[in-house]
Amino acid sequence: MSQAVLAPELTQPSSDEPVVVFENVTIGFDNKPVLHNISFTVKPGETRILLGPAGVGKSVLLKMTDGLLRPDSGRIFVFGEEVSAMPEEQLFALRARIGIVFQEGALFDSLTVRDNVGYRLMEEHRPDDEIDQRVLEALRFVELEHTLHKFPSELSGGMRRRVAIARAIITKPDLLLYDSPTGGLDPITSTTIIELVIKQRDVYHTSSLLVTHRLQDAFVLASHRFNLEANKMEPLPEGHSDPQTSFLVLSEGRLVFDGSTHDLVHSDDPFLKEYLS
Amino acid sequence: MAAIATLDRAARRSVNAVQQYALISGRALGNLFQRPFYGADIITQADIIGVGSIPIVILTGFFTGGVLALQSASTLAQFGAAAVTGQLVALSMIKELGPVLTSLMVSGRNASGMASELGSMMVTEQIDAMRALGTDPLKKLVMPRITATIIMLFFLTIISDAIGILGGAAVSVFLLSQDGSQYFHTAYQSLRYADIVQGLAKPLFFGLIIATIGCYYGMTTRGGTQGVGRSTTQAVVVSSVLIIASDFVISRFMIGLFGR
Repeated sequence: MSQAVLAPELTQPSSDEPVVVFENVTIGFDNKPVLHNISFTVKPGETRILLGPAGVGKSVLLKMTDGLLRPDSGRIFVFGEEVSAMPEEQLFALRARIGIVFQEGALFDSLTVRDNVGYRLMEEHRPDDEIDQRVLEALRFVELEHTLHKFPSELSGGMRRRVAIARAIITKPDLLLYDSPTGGLDPITSTTIIELVIKQRDVYHTSSLLVTHRLQDAFVLASHRFNLEANKMEPLPEGHSDPQTSFLVLSEGRLVFDGSTHDLVHSDDPFLKEYLS
Repeated sequence: MAAIATLDRAARRSVNAVQQYALISGRALGNLFQRPFYGADIITQADIIGVGSIPIVILTGFFTGGVLALQSASTLAQFGAAAVTGQLVALSMIKELGPVLTSLMVSGRNASGMASELGSMMVTEQIDAMRALGTDPLKKLVMPRITATIIMLFFLTIISDAIGILGGAAVSVFLLSQDGSQYFHTAYQSLRYADIVQGLAKPLFFGLIIATIGCYYGMTTRGGTQGVGRSTTQAVVVSSVLIIASDFVISRFMIGLFGR
């Protein structure tokens, strides 16, 4: 990893008011329930890892947080505003404070990497010089500045995912949502992506909600920290985990665990024991 | 009971589809007058839809006019009225065949294009990504396609009418040995203001049908690449049927209005 180029502001959360609040949220599709009575919070600076088997509704939950889907019942608050009741026009403004990395990257395949990463700035009609500078900064963060003029189809799966991260962080959002950022990637590339997530967490202290079904990635996130001087992640001392990182576990549409890494590892719940084994 | 339940589900799905179609089309058209205005996207789409369709519209128009002259001349000759071939070709092209055939060709080319492009964006979450990045896809993607299709189909129809009449003239003069000036004279003399209005009002409706149907099927695509294929086929079939059905309704209304 090269030296972080984005200014390490090391911003600390100004208030303890939760960034995300789920209150008894239920959603289903075609009369089939997907998520039932989900309640949890994400506090400022906190990283919450959402675990669960494939198809349990993790991505649905993430999309509801961004207002891309609406719950059938219950309420969702983001930055104190009820996204579950906001009209789409108001959501567009709120989403300026949220960065999201989709499962497969969801890059615009007809746009170059520069235009993908700088999309939001282009929509705001920022000057070209400013867009170029900020796109380059974001791409340096993910070490892909040489891909500026390439199209997504010319990149590997891991590179596409890193460009998606650059697109999500370019406006320095207050909340980051990662939808299986390592899904379908080889272990080495997955580690690179997780290192970027840890870097974002420890350098910028951005609140985040990360969905994954890969336990290994989740525990690397919880057991490592980013060393800014060495510019790489390093393991925390044996038996320690990052205090700002905690877990949520979904099973059959219900939240079956909400707690710290320690509580998760030492849980007596038969499902969790089997899931973690 | 099972049959009733199936019918109930089908009816609900149909009503839901119509509701969704109306919402997508209504919101996209409403966005025309709201900021931000995506003028550059309208021009890009006008280029793709309009300029890109010129070759097929010219070919279709020319051969339609030609075959119309060929078929009608022999029938008209039986009544000693071969001289009015130009009149028949001009009226048929301007009132019916020009708008309908041009719309069907554009539908085959562009309704499918819209459905597959937007459908691919749907299944790869690019539409969600656009919303997440603060852009309304109905404003950025759907509105420019509707506006561009309506405007460009209007002009494509004019081109098709003109080329169709020329095609008829070429056949009349070179194959049927008719007099060229007589052909154009009868064609021009027979046309009335009402015919032109009728022929040029239709592409406005047909353009709306092509773009809204194409975008609706694209924006409601589900189920991966198979879903994209399904949406593309449905967009062409539904828009083509709606063009022909609405042509009947518009023609009936116009005839009632203008008396011809």
